[in-house]
Amino acid sequence: MIDWVVFSVAAAAVLAGALGVVFSTNPVHAALMLVMTLFGVAVLFVAQAAHFLAAVQVIVYAGAIVVLFLFVIMLLGIDKAENLRAEPLRGQRPLAFLAGLGVLTAVLMLARGAWVSGAPSQVATLSGPGSNVAKLANALFGRYLLAFEVTSVLLVIAVVGAVVLTGQEPAAEPTEPEAKSTEPGAKLTEPGAVEVTS
Amino acid sequence: MVEAVWLIPALPLAGFLILAIAGRRLGNPRAGWLATAMMVGSFGATLVVLAGLLGYEGEARSVTQTLFTWVPSGALQVEAGFLVDPLSVTMAMFVTGVGALIHLYSIGYMHSDPNYTKFFVYLNLFAFSMLMLVLSSSFLGTFLGWEGVGACSYFLISFWFEKPTAATAGKKAFVVNRVGDFGFMVAMFLIFASLGSLQYVTVAAGAETLSTVTATAIALLLFVGAAGKSAQLPLYVWLPDAMEGPTPVSALIHAATMVTAGVFLMVRINPILALAPDASMIIAVVGALTALFAATIACAQNDIKKVLAYSTISQLGYMFLAVGSGAYAAAIFHMVTHAFFKALMFLGAGSVIHGLHEEQDMTRMGGLRKWMPVTSGTFLVGWLAIAGVPPFSGFWSKDDILANAFELSPLLWGIGLLTALLTAYYMSRQVFLVFFGGERWRSEPARTSKSKATKTKVAAGHHGGRVPHESPWAMTFPLAFLAVLATLGGLLNLPFPGWTVLEHWLEPVFGENLRHLALSSSTKLGLIAAAVAAALAGIGVAWATFGLRGGRVQGLTPPVLARGWYVDDLYRNLVERPGRALSNFSATVVDQKLIDGVVNGLAASVRAGGERLRVVQSGYVRNYALAIAGGTVGVLVFVLVRSGV
Amino acid sequence: MSVPGAWYLALAAVVFAIGAIGLLVRRNVLVMFMCIELMLNAVNLTFVTYARMLDDVGGQALVFFVLVVAAAEVVVGLGIIVSIFRRRSGATADDLSMLKG
Repeated sequence: MIDWVVFSVAAAAVLAGALGVVFSTNPVHAALMLVMTLFGVAVLFVAQAAHFLAAVQVIVYAGAIVVLFLFVIMLLGIDKAENLRAEPLRGQRPLAFLAGLGVLTAVLMLARGAWVSGAPSQVATLSGPGSNVAKLANALFGRYLLAFEVTSVLLVIAVVGAVVLTGQEPAAEPTEPEAKSTEPGAKLTEPGAVEVTS
Repeated sequence: MVEAVWLIPALPLAGFLILAIAGRRLGNPRAGWLATAMMVGSFGATLVVLAGLLGYEGEARSVTQTLFTWVPSGALQVEAGFLVDPLSVTMAMFVTGVGALIHLYSIGYMHSDPNYTKFFVYLNLFAFSMLMLVLSSSFLGTFLGWEGVGACSYFLISFWFEKPTAATAGKKAFVVNRVGDFGFMVAMFLIFASLGSLQYVTVAAGAETLSTVTATAIALLLFVGAAGKSAQLPLYVWLPDAMEGPTPVSALIHAATMVTAGVFLMVRINPILALAPDASMIIAVVGALTALFAATIACAQNDIKKVLAYSTISQLGYMFLAVGSGAYAAAIFHMVTHAFFKALMFLGAGSVIHGLHEEQDMTRMGGLRKWMPVTSGTFLVGWLAIAGVPPFSGFWSKDDILANAFELSPLLWGIGLLTALLTAYYMSRQVFLVFFGGERWRSEPARTSKSKATKTKVAAGHHGGRVPHESPWAMTFPLAFLAVLATLGGLLNLPFPGWTVLEHWLEPVFGENLRHLALSSSTKLGLIAAAVAAALAGIGVAWATFGLRGGRVQGLTPPVLARGWYVDDLYRNLVERPGRALSNFSATVVDQKLIDGVVNGLAASVRAGGERLRVVQSGYVRNYALAIAGGTVGVLVFVLVRSGV
Repeated sequence: MSVPGAWYLALAAVVFAIGAIGLLVRRNVLVMFMCIELMLNAVNLTFVTYARMLDDVGGQALVFFVLVVAAAEVVVGLGIIVSIFRRRSGATADDLSMLKG
């Protein structure tokens, strides 16, 4: 019984957040709605006995990525409200709706095949010894070690890329004009020459 | 000695190559002397070969020298080589001899022309082609020379190509020749198909195996080619226009050598002709009709060269009449004497034109006898020869032909006799108008005539005034030489027993195909008398009309004759107009609208398609994202369908 | 009794669709990015559900990787957005139309 309650509440949160992201005019509101969705998903992870992932989800996604979003919003100042009524591109809205609907229908119909497969949905936890973390760790460092290592390389590349992309170009630096001194009595001194003013 | 035959065409070829490469450096007049020297050398080589051939006897006088296998293609094996026999040596002798004289003449005639070296380049090339034509051992080799002389004729007729009429005349000559060449080619195909070879020796040997139909077809097709090259009906129309070229060209190509190529070809195939009496008859009839036809037109021409042009067509008709009657030796005899006196008269006409500062209209000449003695003296010799006055050469050769024609058909003989009368008439008219009578060139005002560069020459004072002058020795020496030949040429084949040198010499080439006259002596005498009477009558009428003091100058030139029986106009309406209409149609409708339309339309449609498709590239990221979403839906649906949901 | 996996899958599908529509409809670049995150979360949920249903921990491992890659993607993506929109505020995705053919 309690599972259904948890599921309903979490699902409601997820859906509300998703709709909130799409329909918020203010990007900051949208980011906060996203956080609500992420929390809901984390709850659902826990309900499916994927505890480690739920923790990682909250820490990485909600904690880092959304914060990054908010940083960029504040940095660029593109937090102006967007006019959701107007759609400059012709036919984009109806077609987008159709595409979304099409994707939904197709996915649902594809998933139908496995609904009746009678997967052991009674038991929430995975089989095998150890806790969820242990099982996950065994899989990551055992079977999926290569992917793991490649992912670390990917992270390095991402960091380098970010630095390169956002680095300042050297020529764009405006240089300060030299000899700005306007004090009377002071003369320009050439390098190496010493002039003594009395 | 016979092996030296390759030198005969090689020397003019060398002259051509040297002049083509270094001619401009040699300059005027050395280039001309080099070309003439080559021709003289070629003549010398011919004499050497003749001497060698005389060393053989009878049937053995047919030597083939093969250089290499030209076409080694399966069943068709054509050797490149020379056939030395009495016929080819005779042809080579007068081609090189008369050719050398005309080369010499050209040095004087063309000395003030800016394209002096180019002229000799073409002349030597022509000589090479003509010699290949007569000396080759196969039909294909002859055809090579045939096309070569056709091309050189085109080059030389339109030598002064800035003049539109000259350029047009060159094209006309070439195109009309092409019609004839078509016949030649088809005949070659037939010969190969029925006899398996194109070598003369092989064809002559195997000729008896031909059926009458095949032989007739081959003969008639070759005659089509000959009619084109030798200006017979209906392909003669190019020859009068060819007078646009310089006079030495008219003398060499259109009197003495190229136009005789057709006669030579027909004589060459006498074994085939012997099997096709119908073809021979047709040839004789066409020849006779052409002779009469051209003679009538010549009576009404005022241009000094046009008279000679139509006269050439007429005399060629005589030669074909002889060929058709089986009198091959007579045809060759007349060819040789005609080369002498016609070249003489053409060169004389050139001398007159040169002396009168490019005047060509006979009604504006007159009384040149005392101003140009050598020219008129030699021209008179040529006149008497062509008119058929004994003892000049033309009398003997023409009479030979008429006698053979009489034996074939009295009607054809009658036509020939009438032509002889007309020939005497128009030639005499020409002589009286040009060399006798009043000096009409004195009183004529400045003309807007067709003669080229008249005003500039007079204005520049090039010849110091407008009094005619005799030509330099380079021009008068060939005239004198040819006059001697025209006088004595009859000795080649006098119709008395033991004096028929030429006929006896050519015997091995013809064998039994040669017609031997079976007329009684009284008939022969009667024929001779008739011919002489016709000649004198023609001369007399002309003298009475034009020669007497106070005789007429203009007149007796009805338009129908002056315009050549309107044949050119007929061809214009029958051939040129539809051809031009077809060309215009093809150019505008087919090419511009259809083909260009398709090609351009293709490009236009591609562009239009591109314009339409351009809409997709809106540049908006969201549109592209939409496209991706659409594609995703597509893939999912595909998977759905394939997994059988 | 646990909730059957089917409900989770349905929920994930709906969230994915909402994210897709949002990506196509919104013009603000950062909101579009957030919609992408929505879609990724939906996918994560699906993976975890299947890991439970098929009793394979590989599903959870894959979610782990998706998380890492999503993080890297956000870093780089935001870097790009920063470098493009640094100089002009109030720019939307529609202003980047230089690919127009």
